[in-house]
This record gives sequence, C-alpha cells and structure tokens, in this order.
Amino acid sequence: MSSNKKYWKSVEELKVNSPIVETLKQNEFVSDIPTSEFLGDKETLESSSTTRRDFLKYVGFSTAAASLAACEGPVIKSIPYVIQPESIIPGVANYYATTIANGFDFASVLVKTREGRPIQIKNNDLAKTHNSANARVNASVLGLYDSMRVKSAMKGGQEILWSAFDSETNQKLTELKTAGKEIVLFTQTYASPSTSRLISEFKSKYENVRHVVYDAVSESAALDAFEGSYGTRGLASYDFSKAMTIVSVGADFLGDWQGGGFDSGYAKGRVPRNGKMSRHIQFESNMSLSGANADKRVPLTPSQQKQVLSKLYSLVVGGSVSTDLPENINRAVQSAASELKRAGSNAVLVTGIQDVNAQILAFAINEKLNSKAFDTSTPILTRQGNNAAVTKLVADMKAGSVGGIIMSGVNPMYTLPNASEFAEGLAKTELSIAFSMKADETAINAQYIAATPHYLESWGDVEIKKGHFSLMQPTIRPLFDTRQFQQALLIWTGSDQTYREYIKSGWSGGSFNEALQDGVYVSGVLSSAPDGSSTITTDSISGSDSAIAGLSENVESTIGSAGSAARSLASSAKSEGMELSLYTKVGMGDGQDANNPWLQEFPDPITRTSWDNYLTISATDAKGLGLENNHVATGALDGSYADVTVNGVTVKNVPVIIQPGQAKGAIGLSLGYGRTAGLKEEMMTGVNAYPLYQNFNTSQNVTVKKAAGIHEFACVQLQNTLMGRGDIIKETTLEIFNTKDRTVWNKVPTVSLNHEEVEVTSPEVDLWDEFDRSIGHHFNLSIDLNSCTGCGACVIACHAENNVPVVGKEEIRRSRDMHWLRIDRYYSSEDTFAEDDTKKDEFSGLWGDKGSLSGFGELEDPADNPQVAFQPVMCQHCNHAPCETVCPVAASSHGRQGQNHMAYNRCVGTRYCANNCPYKVRRFNWFLYNKNDEFDYHMNDDLGRMVLNPDVTVRSRGVMEKCSMCIQMTQKTILDAKRDGRVIKDGEFQTACSSACSGGSIKFGDINDTESEVAKLMEDDRMYHLLESVGTKPNVQYHTKVRNITEA
Amino acid sequence: MGTITSVTYKKWSISIKFARDFTIGFSRVLMKKPYQSLEENSTNNMKQVIYRHLASKIPYLGLVILLTFSTSLNAQEGNPDKGKTIFNVNCASCHALDRKMTGPMLRNVETRLAEEEGLDREWLNTWIRNSAGMIKSGDAYANKIYNEYNGTAMTAFPQLSDQDITDILAYTAQPAKVVVVDQPVGGSGGGEAAGSVPNKLILGALAILFALLAGALVLVRKTLNRFAEEKGIEAVKKDKRLPIWKAFVQNQFLVLVTVIFFLLASAYFVYGYLSQVGVDQGYMPVQPIHYSHRIHAGESGIDCKYCHSSARVSKHSGIPSLNICMNCHKSIYQVAEKTQQEGIKEYGVDYNAEIQKLYKAVGWDEAEQSYTGVTEPVKWIRIHNLPDFAYFNHSQHVTVAGIDCQTCHGPVEEMEVMYQHSPLTMGWCINCHRETNVNVEGNEYYTKIHDELSKKYGVDKLTAAQMGGLECGKCHY
Repeated sequence: MSSNKKYWKSVEELKVNSPIVETLKQNEFVSDIPTSEFLGDKETLESSSTTRRDFLKYVGFSTAAASLAACEGPVIKSIPYVIQPESIIPGVANYYATTIANGFDFASVLVKTREGRPIQIKNNDLAKTHNSANARVNASVLGLYDSMRVKSAMKGGQEILWSAFDSETNQKLTELKTAGKEIVLFTQTYASPSTSRLISEFKSKYENVRHVVYDAVSESAALDAFEGSYGTRGLASYDFSKAMTIVSVGADFLGDWQGGGFDSGYAKGRVPRNGKMSRHIQFESNMSLSGANADKRVPLTPSQQKQVLSKLYSLVVGGSVSTDLPENINRAVQSAASELKRAGSNAVLVTGIQDVNAQILAFAINEKLNSKAFDTSTPILTRQGNNAAVTKLVADMKAGSVGGIIMSGVNPMYTLPNASEFAEGLAKTELSIAFSMKADETAINAQYIAATPHYLESWGDVEIKKGHFSLMQPTIRPLFDTRQFQQALLIWTGSDQTYREYIKSGWSGGSFNEALQDGVYVSGVLSSAPDGSSTITTDSISGSDSAIAGLSENVESTIGSAGSAARSLASSAKSEGMELSLYTKVGMGDGQDANNPWLQEFPDPITRTSWDNYLTISATDAKGLGLENNHVATGALDGSYADVTVNGVTVKNVPVIIQPGQAKGAIGLSLGYGRTAGLKEEMMTGVNAYPLYQNFNTSQNVTVKKAAGIHEFACVQLQNTLMGRGDIIKETTLEIFNTKDRTVWNKVPTVSLNHEEVEVTSPEVDLWDEFDRSIGHHFNLSIDLNSCTGCGACVIACHAENNVPVVGKEEIRRSRDMHWLRIDRYYSSEDTFAEDDTKKDEFSGLWGDKGSLSGFGELEDPADNPQVAFQPVMCQHCNHAPCETVCPVAASSHGRQGQNHMAYNRCVGTRYCANNCPYKVRRFNWFLYNKNDEFDYHMNDDLGRMVLNPDVTVRSRGVMEKCSMCIQMTQKTILDAKRDGRVIKDGEFQTACSSACSGGSIKFGDINDTESEVAKLMEDDRMYHLLESVGTKPNVQYHTKVRNITEA
Repeated sequence: MGTITSVTYKKWSISIKFARDFTIGFSRVLMKKPYQSLEENSTNNMKQVIYRHLASKIPYLGLVILLTFSTSLNAQEGNPDKGKTIFNVNCASCHALDRKMTGPMLRNVETRLAEEEGLDREWLNTWIRNSAGMIKSGDAYANKIYNEYNGTAMTAFPQLSDQDITDILAYTAQPAKVVVVDQPVGGSGGGEAAGSVPNKLILGALAILFALLAGALVLVRKTLNRFAEEKGIEAVKKDKRLPIWKAFVQNQFLVLVTVIFFLLASAYFVYGYLSQVGVDQGYMPVQPIHYSHRIHAGESGIDCKYCHSSARVSKHSGIPSLNICMNCHKSIYQVAEKTQQEGIKEYGVDYNAEIQKLYKAVGWDEAEQSYTGVTEPVKWIRIHNLPDFAYFNHSQHVTVAGIDCQTCHGPVEEMEVMYQHSPLTMGWCINCHRETNVNVEGNEYYTKIHDELSKKYGVDKLTAAQMGGLECGKCHY
C-alpha cells in the first residue's frame, strides 16, 4: 500500500488557494530566466540562416578538423644567430675562469657554458688558494637562473629606470653631503682591492662616509685576535696537508669554519702512505663534519671547550689554569697535549670558539709548536666583518644619526639578532638603498632596491689570501637590467668608467688578459702585493672609521699575554643549564641561497635530512625533556617541537632531531633557514635561528621547552647504524693495516665449493659468463673512504651534470629522492664499528645475553658518541648486474666499457630493476618533474631550465633512472681523442663527481690502461667492492677506511 | 640571345681562372678559405655584378661604338669590349658601374672626375696603379675617397697598362642601358604550352579511336547474333553451374583461410602505418627564405661545411648565421638572368626577392653598402628532428668517420627545397652501423683497439657495430 503522505516544500503550499503555489506550479523558476540576455537578440537569432542541422555540421567539421590538426607533428623552429660570435660553436662547451665572492663563499672556479649560458661550476685547477668549490658553490649556477631575482631598479615596490635611480640618489647623496649627514656603506666582505679603492674614492667625494663590513656569520673574534697579534685584519691560513696531528677545539674546519675550504688539504693527509696518516682529535659539542671524520672525538659543551683549550695551552706552552673538567675529558686533553708536543711542528691546533682569548691561545700553541701547517704571512682575507662596528652602526641608526645607508650583499633584517632595532634605525634614515639580487627581508624595507647581477654576470677582483688574486668575469650577458654595486659607486663618484676598466686600470700584476684567462694571479712577492691593492684593502677595513679604532683599542687592551688569556678564558667558561651551539650547514651556509632547490634538497651529511633545520640534542637530554623522534609507517621521520629561549628571545616550534654524538647538556641549531622574503613558498623552510645569535656568539646559554605538535621531516636515511655489516664499510686501524696481511683486514668473502672455501670473486663459483672487457676502455670509479669527508660537493655536481630533478619535501619524505649519488652516513652502535662487528660475531642463539634477537635490536641504536663513516654510493655498474636480467624490455643493458646503460625511452616502468638492485641506487620518476606546477622548482620555469645540460635527456614520468657514470662525459673525451687522432691520457676521463671531488677521494679512469691511476688503485690492498658476496662484480671500487686510533 | 650568354659565360669562367692567378682580391675577400670548387663555379648561376647587363648589350653595341667615337675624339681610343673583360677580372669584386659597392660606382668615372674634381687621366692612372701611395702623398681627393669608404684602400694594379686602363674607362663610359623586358620568357612558355597540346590531342584521338573500335565490335557481335538467330542456330547453353562465390561461401575452410589472410594482411598494413607515425621522411616545409641547395651546393659547388662548419667539431651541424651568407651575398645581390627565369618558371620563386629577404633579416642597406644594425633573425623550420633521448654527434660522423653528408641527407645538391631524405629511425641508424667499416687508418686513437679487435673477430676491417656502436648507452643517455 502506497503511502499517501503529502510532502510540502513550504507552508504556503498548505493553504488551499494560494496564488503563489499556483504560479509555482506553472513555472519551474520563480522568475524568468533571462535567456535572451546571454543568447543574444531574439530577432537576430531567428533571422540567422544557420539551422540547427547546419550548426551540428559545423560542430562536426570543426571537431574533425581540430583533431586532424592535432595529429600533425609540431613545427619546430631553428633560429640561428644573425652574427655568430666567434667563440661560440653550437654544441661545444666553453669554459671561463671566474671567482665566486658572495660574502660567505669565496673560490676560484671554472664555469662551463653551452651556447652562451653557464650550466656548471667546476674547480679551477690553476688556483693555488685552499678554497675549492663546495656544495654551495657548485649549486650557485642555479642562483643565476632564479626566477625570484629582482629584474631592475625598484623604488617602493615599483620598477624604475636606472636613469631615474641615478638622478634621485645622486641628488639625495649630495643633499646629505651638504647637510653634513653621515652616509654608511654597509657591505659584505668583498676582499676586493678595486672595491676598496672605489670605496675610498667614494669616501673622499662624500666626506662623511663610514664603511661597515658585515659578515652574517661573524669571525670577528678570530679577526680581532689575528689583527692584535699580527697586525693584519685577516685569518691565519692553515694547510692541513702538512699536519700529522690535528687537534680541533670546537672548530668545524671541514665545514664553514673561518670561511671553510680546508677539506682538500685535510683529505690529502688522511690517506695512509708509507704507513703514515694524520691523526685528528676533535673536541666539540655538535656532531660536525670534522667530528665525524675525526679519529678521536670528544663530545663536550661549549663552556668545557674553553676549559679544554686553556688546559691544552697550559700543557703545551706552560702556565697553570684551573679547570673542572670531568675525568674522561681531562684524560683526553692530557693525551691530546702530549700528542701535540710529540708531533711538534707537524702538529696544528685550531679552535672555533668565538672569543678573542681563545683565538690568541690557538696562535700561541701553534707558535710554540712551530707548526708547519700554521701560516700567518699570507692571511685569508675572506672575512672582514667587525662586530663592534656593526653594533655601533645599529645603535647610531636607532639614534637617528645616520643620514643614508647603502647596503650591498648583506641582509641584516634577516641575519641580525636585533633585526627589529635595525628596522627602526632604517626607517630613520633619509636614504636607504639595498643592492640585492632578491627582494629579500632587507631590500623590501629599503627605499630603493638596486638589482644586482649574479656573480656569473659581474666583473670583480678578489684577494682570497694575501697576494693571491682571483678575477671575476661575466660568463653570460646580464639576464636582467641589473647593475653591480661597484658600478654604482663609479657613477656616484662621477666616473664614466666601467667597472671592468676600473679594475684593469688598477691592475699591476702582469698581463690582465692572461690573469683573466687563468682566473687567478699570485703576486711574486707575497709580502708586498701589487701596487696599492691589498694595502688599500687593509686600510679601508682597519681604518674604516675612528669609532672602530677606539673599539679595537678596547679589544687590544684585552689582548694581554696569552697566559692571562688562558686564565680569563677558563674563568669565563661557566655554564648555566643547556648550551646552544649555532652552526651553518654545508648545504645552506648563511642562508643567502635559500631559494636554491638543489641546496634545499641536499641532505645534510650528518643528519641526512633535507628541507629543514632542527635542534640537535643528545638522546639523554631528549629523554629528560620529553622530546622524541619516531619512525612512522610510511618510513618517514617525525619529531617533537621545542621552544628555544636565549636571554628572553624565544624561537618557537623548532623541530628536534636526536643526534648521536651530541654532547650532553649541549644543543645545536643551524643558521640560514627560516627566510621569509624573496623566495618561493616551497623554499620557506625551517626556523630562523639568527635571533639567538646574540652578540655574534655561536654559543649561547639556552632554555629548551617542549612544544606541542609533531614535525614531519624529510630524512633520506633512517637506518643509522651499520648493524655490524662489515662488508658494506670495511675499516681497520692504522696499526693493523701496517702490520697485518690484507686477508686479515680486507678479506674477500668466501663460499663453499666441494666443501672448500673459495673466494666469491673466483670464476669457479661464478654463475655468470664473463664479458670480455679487455679491449677498449673499461671504466672504473674509485672511492677512497679515508679521504672522503662527506662534504657533498659531488652530489650537487651530479645534479648539475645529469639534470637530476628536485622532488620537494613531501616526496623526499616518501623516500622518493632522485639523487643519483647519495652519501650514506653510518654510526656505530657500540663506541666503534669494530666493537659492533665483534658483538655481531659473538651472537649465539636467539635468546640470552648474547642472543641475536635482542642483540640486533640493540645494534640499531647508535652509541652516544659513535664512530661515523661516510660512503658515497651511486650505481655500481656491476659487470654482473642483477638489474639487467630482470628488465622485461631490456631497457637496462651492459656496455663493453663497463657502464650499465639505461635507455629511458625503452623503459616501461616496471621497477623490477630497482627491486633487484642490491645497492638501491635506481631512482624512479614517480611524477613528471619538469614543466609541472606541482613541482614548482627550477625545472618548472623557463629561466630555471636554462641550467639543464643539453647533452643529457630530461627524464619523463614513469621511467627509471640512475647514475650513468657520466657516459656523456666519457663519450665526449673519446670523441675528442678520435677527432684529434691521439691516445687518451690518464686523467682525461672524468665524471661530474670525480672532478668535483677536491679531496681526491673519487677517482675515475680506464683500468685497461695499466698506467692509469685507477688501474693501480684496483690493485691496492685497501680495494674492495661493495657487497662483494653478492657476486655482482661492480665497477666501483671502495678503499677500506683506515683509522688512526693509536693513542700517543 | 641564349647562345650569346653562354658564349660570354665560357669566357667568364676562363677569366675567373685568370683572376685566381693574378689577383688576390676576389677569393680571399669573399671567403677565408680557398674553396677551389666554389671559385670555379661561383658564376654558373649567380649573376655576378660584373656582367649583369650583358644580355641586352649586343643591340646597343653599334650605338656604343658610335658614341665612343663621337664623344672622346681627343682621348686615346679604348675598346669597351676588351675593357669589360679587364673590368670583370680586376675591378668587379669591388666596383659596379651604376652601384656603390666596396668602392664607388664607375659609370662615366673619367668625365665625372674631370668635370667635378678637375682630375685628369694621369691622376687616374696613378691612383689605379698605386692608390696607397697617393693617399700617403697627401693627395686631397685620394684621401677624401679613402675616408669616404671607411679607410678601405683600393688594391693596387701595377700590372695594368695604359691601354688596359683606357679600355676599362671606355667600358665605363658606355651609357647605361634600359632594362629590356625579357621576351624569351613568354616565347618559351608558349612553346612549352604548344608542345604539350599535341600530346593531349593524340591521347584524345586515341581514346576516340578505341571507343569507335569498341562500338564497332559491339555492333559486329549484334549483327552476328542476329544472323545466327535468323539461321536458327542456338547458341550452346552452358550447364548451370554453381556460381563461384557460392562455392566459395560453402567451402568453410577456404573462408577461414581467406579471413585469416585478410586479417594478417590488414595487421601488416596497420603495423606499417603505425610504424611511420613520427617518421618524417620526405618532410619538406616551406622555409621563410627560399634557399636553394641546388644552386649553392649543386651548381655553385660550395662545400657543405663552408656554411655548416660546426658539423666538423660539434654535435650540431649548425644552421649558418647570416653573416656567413653575407660573405658572398655582399657582392652577389642578384642572380643571373637565366637562373632568375629558371626560378620563376620551374619553381615559382623570385630568387632576387629572396636575396632581398636576406638583406632585410641581416639589416644590410644596399644603397649605403653598410649594416643598419636592425636585424630580424630568420626563423627556419627545422627539418631533421631527432628525439631528445637520442644523442647524435655530427663531428663523430663527419670528421672522424669521414662520411659524406649525402649519405644521410641525400642528394642535397639537387634539392631545390630541402627535405628529409632518410627516415632517421633507429633501425636505419643500426643498419648503417652494422654495415659500415670504421675508418681507422691514420688515427692513433684506434691503433690499439683496432689491433685487438681485429684479432678477436679475425677480420681486418671492423664495423661500427663491432666497435660497440650498437650499445644502447652510446646514443641514449
């Protein structure tokens, strides 16, 4: 029975004769729909000759025509030059020597350009200075093609013409001059003789001018100490290749300590030759790159570092210092001191404590040791900042006594701890100009933004070390309407020279063109540099103004005898609760490259985390504060948040990572993250730690409080320990290496054949038929685990060479990173890897004390102060490659030259190969990473794509990719030789990673050439292959890590 | 008229050889490297400045001689015919009669100089034999001219005798001629049309003939049938047999086989059709400038790598930049009349207009003989497109292997419009790599590898495939 319920829409319907209901019944819509309005005039519609059928015909034809037209291939245009420059041949790369000097990184580099656009940065082999291209310098080429760059001069957010800019600023500057108001030049360290000369000319024209040099991450203490002791404002240069015993107290000299760049010298001394290698003892609080490479690492708080240094001083030089160091540290100090003394002039001590006294002690110890590695005659000039001058400037600005400020290469609104005070002062100036590539935090607060060119579009000269000059030359025509700071100074001083002419006119060191071609010039007599160059550099900085002179006198008064310095240092070492050590990451530096996706995605060598900065804390402290790290089901890392407070300044919601090796009572946080202006939203990662960088001191007393919430990290390596798998990283001690046979410390795994142990490399137990590779080239890559410091320059070089895409934080978190070359970092679970091996070997049964069930669980946790090992892993190019056999479409095949080929166009994306790869080096394109708004990194804009290497395919969605052993580079070398009709010499074959490796850890060559270096390395006792027992016979060699753990 | 042109043409090619022996001007100025073939053939089709009014010369000859006699009675007698030859050999690369080129125009130069500057024949003689000396000596007009032409000194011609110079001046003193409309165009066009008409007529006549024959046959058969009917002869009736199509339908096996055959055949054709998707063999787009490879590479015999020079050292063959074109086209601003007619007739192209397009793109002001600086790059349409994932290097094939361009690009020297000759498929590449022996002689790089490989394969010559030229990674990375 059907229901006779009556449904009603409105009460009105219930009334019997409602007119509204009646109307609604007739009309579907309450009011007329104005069809004629959008269909057009009814009359014209009716009079139209197009009938309905005609209309359908038209639709049909046009659809057919459109689809037919779509079938046609695209018409591709080729547009040649009208007048081709002589030096450019399409398809042939040109190389230019130039110099990066962005205030944080200084290095002589070689720039590879194709069709007039720079695509890669390489090391300049002619450069004699210590600096080589690190990861950031390698990535700097992408900064050129940054879509967020300022494209012309700007005033109040509007683009203006340079002519308008000139007339307005000239007028303003003249007004300031006549009013007698002070003009401040607030710049980065330029270390440029010409710039110094220009600034002094600017000063003499505008009279009341102050030049303040500002380094975002200050080395002022070391500079003050050096200036006080040796008269020049510079940094002592160290050549670690000459040191057999290296003691570092809180100095991450493999990172960015004092401008960085010491790693290649260090790496040279780390390879055992004639039974000897350097010994490295590190006292530090954060786990740094240097600590990770040390033979002995002592974790301790920053205040304890001061005591350690004082104590070392008293033990090595003399005098007495009272310390209250714990017993184990005390012992370590004692032994370090005796090792220093024994090594004598072969020893060196460095310290990163931001305290003038500490730096003076380091000088005193090195002088006492008469250290060969310590050089004060050619100081490094790449840091010139003066804390006191900067502090005074901010105070003066706040007081309103600064009339105009011209900033260049600095971003104080972001990097100053008291940025708000600076902002207040900035508002009080009558003229503020920011020379900047980006509309960054400072530039948007300035009246004018003067768009500057990238260093690859600029001219310049740099004195990296005293007497060591490097030239900067444009490698591309300026992309935008930009002007460099120096050019503006020239215009303001009324000169009509270009900056190039200006540099050339001041050049007195030999042929300018030759120096330009080489990129570097070393003046013959180092103490007296070419005419009026370095003298002016020092002049302008040390005597930059009278106020600073007064301040530096204060500094000098504190520089008494080193003995009293030791005492005051020891007494100043007091700790209150937790101590924070601020540091810079290898990938991010001071934060000026934050909009560089390569660097954002570059995993930190220690934590292996990308796209973030975080608080590193020891496991014990984390437990005490209730902070935790969790691995979630997707295989990603989550961490708690903490609020960090220094002197009432709180940085909220800092994600926490529990860091093995972090000293108890000490935490670490990196600078350079948390940028908010002038970068894409994706790049606004991490928290800004600069507010905690008070008094420009990297160590601070802090209080840490747990905050609510869980942070999602993008960490590429969750497996922290080696689990006792000695066949992945083989290592031994120097003593065993020197005394025992190879079979003891580098044993080839064996299998049983007819009840006899046979080496797995033996052909008898091989399942595979051997390829004949005796003819032609047979490439091998050799990686020395001893000299690899984990710096990661190779990772970025690989990105640039091979068009490796950036996938973003979310995808990294899903373990979909695309790095062809990764640097695995392993911690030991016990104090050393050797103990791990022993522990694993001694497992018996499942249960009990030595049971494997609980034992393996324990092995997963790294020790409080673990040993660390780095291992670069890329495709191993197995001669018996497991990936090749499982590919259903033969997209992966083997070449006679030893390379495992990957034909992208053949790949259908089954991913069998990745599953079957024992090294997990294959990378799958889960998405289209280019021209895709979902992945808004450099490959998504026309400008960013200019960095792509035209010789390497840009991979599409759904295909597998992996390291090709830079086959495009080997093929090019071969072709060049064929064209010239000559035999290839050793060293000509290179890969991106091997040429980027300044420490000489990665070597590449042809093992069929028996004279080649890799062929010899192949026969080296330390050589082994990764997971040899699998029988893949890789073409990548590893060299056993040898640790010099012998206590003296 | 045609015959006359060809006669002078022969004369010209002799004179060009002569020019190579005695002058340094022409070939060195035009191109940096002496391309023998270019020099010898450069005039085949391009009409050189030198003799562009040639065609209409003859009818005026008498008049000219008359004029020469009447106007320069006191001057030495010059032979304009001879003068022309000497002019073409020595002067034409920099001078034209009615047109400013590298040097000034020379029509009536003697009278002009005499009237305007008061300079006599002696001055001219000295200038022609040693202009640099005159400039140095500080002669006012010499310096004026020198500066007017951007300090380009005139080549000295000490070898010219007084008589030679007189001849040349006689030639330059000839009055300009009115351009005569070329009559043969219409004439020969008509001739061709006339030639094609008979063919059609013959065909039509044949068709009618066949139709008549067929009609006659039908009539004959009808008539015969009628006779037979009348005579009462019954045509033999065939047995009513099963029609063949019915038999076929009934034979299921045959049907099955046929269906399978048709399926296979259609699959074959569908496969063939799909295989050619993306293969642009024969692709022949219309280019923004009608550039004839036939004229340049074929008739003029310019080496491919003169323009496509990067093919020797780079992966790209390179489309020549416009300054390369201007190396020659600075002086070649028109094609020969014959070539022009040929272009219009056979290809519908006005070659001279195409040269003007080049001038426009490169910003060349013909009147001023200078670059205006206003350029508009030519957007050529790319014909040979390898996909991004395939790496191909021209220098490997051109320089190392020494393969002719034509091996892959076909008879370019015959192509009026460039097209894609080869399929550029992977199979095509592979085939060649299988069949082609590597050119190892005299290349030190190959010495060791060749010895070892030939031992391994037991052959003396090695194909690219044996050298590893079939490996995926050699082309795909």
